[in-house]
Amino acid sequence: MVLLIYAFTAGLLANVPHLPQLQETIRNVYYHVGMWFCMMTLFTVSVIQAIKYLNTNNLRHDNASRQYAVVGIVFGILGYATGSIWMSYTWADPHKTANTFSLIAKEPKLIGAAIALLIYFAYLVLRDSITDIDKKARISAVYNIFAFAFLFPTIWILPRLLPSLHPGGSEGNPALDFKSADNNVRLVMYPAFLGWTLLGVWISTIKIRLALLKEKTLFKS
Amino acid sequence: MKNLTQIWTLFKKDLLLEIRQQYSFYGIVLYVASTLFVLYMAIEEPEANVWNGLFWVIQLFICINAVAKSFLQESRSRMLYYQSIVSPQNFVLAKLLFNTLLMLAMSALSILLFTIFLGNPAQKTAQFIGVVLLGGWGLSLVFSFLAAIAAKAQQNAAIMAILGFPIIIPELMLLMRVSKTAFSDLLTFPVTTVLLLVALDGMVIMLSIILFPFLWKD
Repeated sequence: MVLLIYAFTAGLLANVPHLPQLQETIRNVYYHVGMWFCMMTLFTVSVIQAIKYLNTNNLRHDNASRQYAVVGIVFGILGYATGSIWMSYTWADPHKTANTFSLIAKEPKLIGAAIALLIYFAYLVLRDSITDIDKKARISAVYNIFAFAFLFPTIWILPRLLPSLHPGGSEGNPALDFKSADNNVRLVMYPAFLGWTLLGVWISTIKIRLALLKEKTLFKS
Repeated sequence: MKNLTQIWTLFKKDLLLEIRQQYSFYGIVLYVASTLFVLYMAIEEPEANVWNGLFWVIQLFICINAVAKSFLQESRSRMLYYQSIVSPQNFVLAKLLFNTLLMLAMSALSILLFTIFLGNPAQKTAQFIGVVLLGGWGLSLVFSFLAAIAAKAQQNAAIMAILGFPIIIPELMLLMRVSKTAFSDLLTFPVTTVLLLVALDGMVIMLSIILFPFLWKD
């Protein structure tokens, strides 16, 4: 939390390099990129929990896997939103908002993100369609792993194949490019990433504990 | 050796069932033909891009229809019987093999029908056929595995579509890009993309072998 408070205040107040195309919107880097980071971390943890479940058959892992995926989706949506807003101010035309969404939605990175979200929505639909608890856990864990194995190529390969205005389109991950970021920005950026990720993990652990408690009361009554 | 004979026997059993019943094969043929006829009525000679898009979308739906029944047709008691005589890996490999064959036949057929009804904008025919077969193979692998999941979830083909679409979008995009290059002499053939597709298919086979045992046991 402390890290996040730092990120919020510093993110809005600190000096940023004034690039002609970005100007003040560069401050969004603290939020937008951080959310993607958080989402990827949460999805990865969700898959690890799914693998653990298949190994141990412990329903606790299945619960964790689900909660991480849900929180991951929330951060994914936030990242999608901040990303498309940021983009519409930097390289799409903000004055023609009526026809920019179809332009925005074509952006390969956003396609990748949309696919990621769709996969996890499908995961939730699949989960809810099965009534038997053990069966639900096993099948959705299998789908989780299968989908994740497909998601990574999508996110890493597709943006490199299609033309994009997103920074770091062809040469690598823009968030980890050490040369391009200004020192001042970096001072806020990394704590911000860490803060978002920790916030995500924190929310998920709370949700996990809540679900466990609910189960306990269910069994008691 | 024992594994191979098991796979072969299961494969032959599926093939025999298909030949005896023939309902699904002709059902899909009819499906393709009627869809194409509707398209032919609506747009007589689509341009290359539209043709490409239509072709792959129809390919996708053919695949869902063709592959969905492979796991859904097995009754619960029959699955138990299989469970007692073969290992899950062999079972899933036999299914993948059969679905691959089915989908390759369907792909060849749909190229033929597309060419008859809507013309064929491909300049490099051999290359295009190669890409289509590769695509059909990839689609059939992914959807076979999803059919296994859907069958276990005791759901119909609808859940398969929900599960499958987001996963298959990137592969379809790659396929469309590759097949587009076959439409003009100027564009070079992207070898790396094709290799990538083959790698994805390999990954699906690996994942099916690893994950199917978990789906199998009840």
